[in-house]
Amino acid sequence: MLHSLSTYMHKKPRMRLTALLTAPVLWLVVAYLGALAMLLVTAFFTIDSFTGNVIQQFNFGNFQDMLTDAAYKNVVLRTLGIAISVTFFCTVLAIPMAFYMAKIARPKTQKILVALVLTPLWASYLVKIYAWRTMLEPGNGVLDWLLKPIGIHSPGFGGPAIIIGLSYLWLPYMILPIYAGLERLPNNLLDASGDLGAHNFYTFRKVILPLIFPSLVAGSMFTFSLSLGDYITAQIIGGKLQMLGNVVYQNFSINLPFAATIATIPVTIMALYLYLVRRTGALASM
Amino acid sequence: MTISRNARMFLAALLGVGLAFIYIPLSVVVINSFNASKTFSWPPSRFTTIWWTKALENTGVREALKWSIFAGLSATAIALVLGTCLAFAVSRYQFFGREVISLLVVLPISLPGVVTGIALNNAFTKQLGMSTGLLTVVIGHATFCIVIVYNNAIARLRRMGTNLQEASMDLGANGITTFRLITLPNLASALFAGGLLAFGLSFDEIVVTTFTAGPGIQTLPIWIYNNLFRPNQAPIVNVVAATLVVLSVVPIYLSQRLSQDSTTGGRF
Repeated sequence: MLHSLSTYMHKKPRMRLTALLTAPVLWLVVAYLGALAMLLVTAFFTIDSFTGNVIQQFNFGNFQDMLTDAAYKNVVLRTLGIAISVTFFCTVLAIPMAFYMAKIARPKTQKILVALVLTPLWASYLVKIYAWRTMLEPGNGVLDWLLKPIGIHSPGFGGPAIIIGLSYLWLPYMILPIYAGLERLPNNLLDASGDLGAHNFYTFRKVILPLIFPSLVAGSMFTFSLSLGDYITAQIIGGKLQMLGNVVYQNFSINLPFAATIATIPVTIMALYLYLVRRTGALASM
Repeated sequence: MTISRNARMFLAALLGVGLAFIYIPLSVVVINSFNASKTFSWPPSRFTTIWWTKALENTGVREALKWSIFAGLSATAIALVLGTCLAFAVSRYQFFGREVISLLVVLPISLPGVVTGIALNNAFTKQLGMSTGLLTVVIGHATFCIVIVYNNAIARLRRMGTNLQEASMDLGANGITTFRLITLPNLASALFAGGLLAFGLSFDEIVVTTFTAGPGIQTLPIWIYNNLFRPNQAPIVNVVAATLVVLSVVPIYLSQRLSQDSTTGGRF
């Protein structure tokens, strides 16, 4: 039986392809894409302010509200600012770390360092943000205890805390692509630059940076887009500060159409960012 | 390569700062789980292991752990089947819409979790009239786990090529025998890495879970989140958090042992 089935399938590659594709395509297209499409349609509906039910009547009211209310513009700008800052801090921290790992450390140390950078990726997201809650706690937090002797205070909960927390979460995602990029970079290029009289920093700026640019872009896709949609970090260490995700979360239970409308913002920004990244060609050379 | 001693020292110092940034908060979590104080106080004045025994006896934690493992295993199993099928189809066949499929599969982890979460919740509860529960959590988790298995499987399939399979078929083995004796053994370690990663992702997921789990289901992250702001639960939360920090070493160790292609543990 099995043998004849196998022979039959071997003669019919289209049948095999259909058998392979049906389940995953149904899952991704019907279940996932379908759900997304329905959410997008909901963004054009309104809500009955009396009963709270969704009225299925196509209109642009939500988008008008979103675009005219200055409060939402501020949230968008704040979220963008946070995502850009997180990407910046991750890059600045990651480059020297990755450089040491790829070009200076001995092979054995290298392996250990990679493991050390990777391990926190497996530690729970919530635990890491919780850790920063105990670090940043104003007054009796760990940061105040550590840094008081040198006169630095914890920034407390708010914007800076969110930036620290998100940078902490996504830092490994920036280190690893840069490390991979530097590993591929031949050492003799650096030697040549040095022999021709370039200083360390000049070599970095003129030789290393252009060559690892695709890695930076790859890393930034994680740091930027993961920050853009986050709301849990803001809930735990953001004080009263709201990001786009928080607005979506809050509207979800009281006004789903409006939550759907707001949700289109991070998705649009990410699509734009991806488009720009594609145009630089950085992804093709990865 | 000629890098001056000073530059080396400077870079080593920066690496140290980076590692301290990564590991100080995690160490604080572990130390804090032994903190005798019932409310948060730093530095700890006394140490105790009493919270660890209390956490072990805590029924909420046990229940949550059970749900997390169950949801993670189910989602991983679904993702292994669907992701592998998809990887075979995309790597071994030419068909209309192939590019679209490889884009579609990454969508669930590229879009913000909150978007995926409310989309699934809306579809399940409003459109299909389902009630949220374990089933909806598993569906949600499997959706973003597929890509992980897919990525691992397709990379291996591309590198493997079809020579071995053809050789096997030339020697008279049928499709099923070839798959069982040639393809699957060559694919196994990639599937293991993918499955491990998918389970890790599901085990840690909170956003999609928030929107797909009903009031009856608490996975471990949801339990932590619900108890984070309850002062009298802080010692138990600390123990659970510390356990998760310590356990994060396990997958790294496993993947370094078992996977010959990368030291990254499959996260990349």
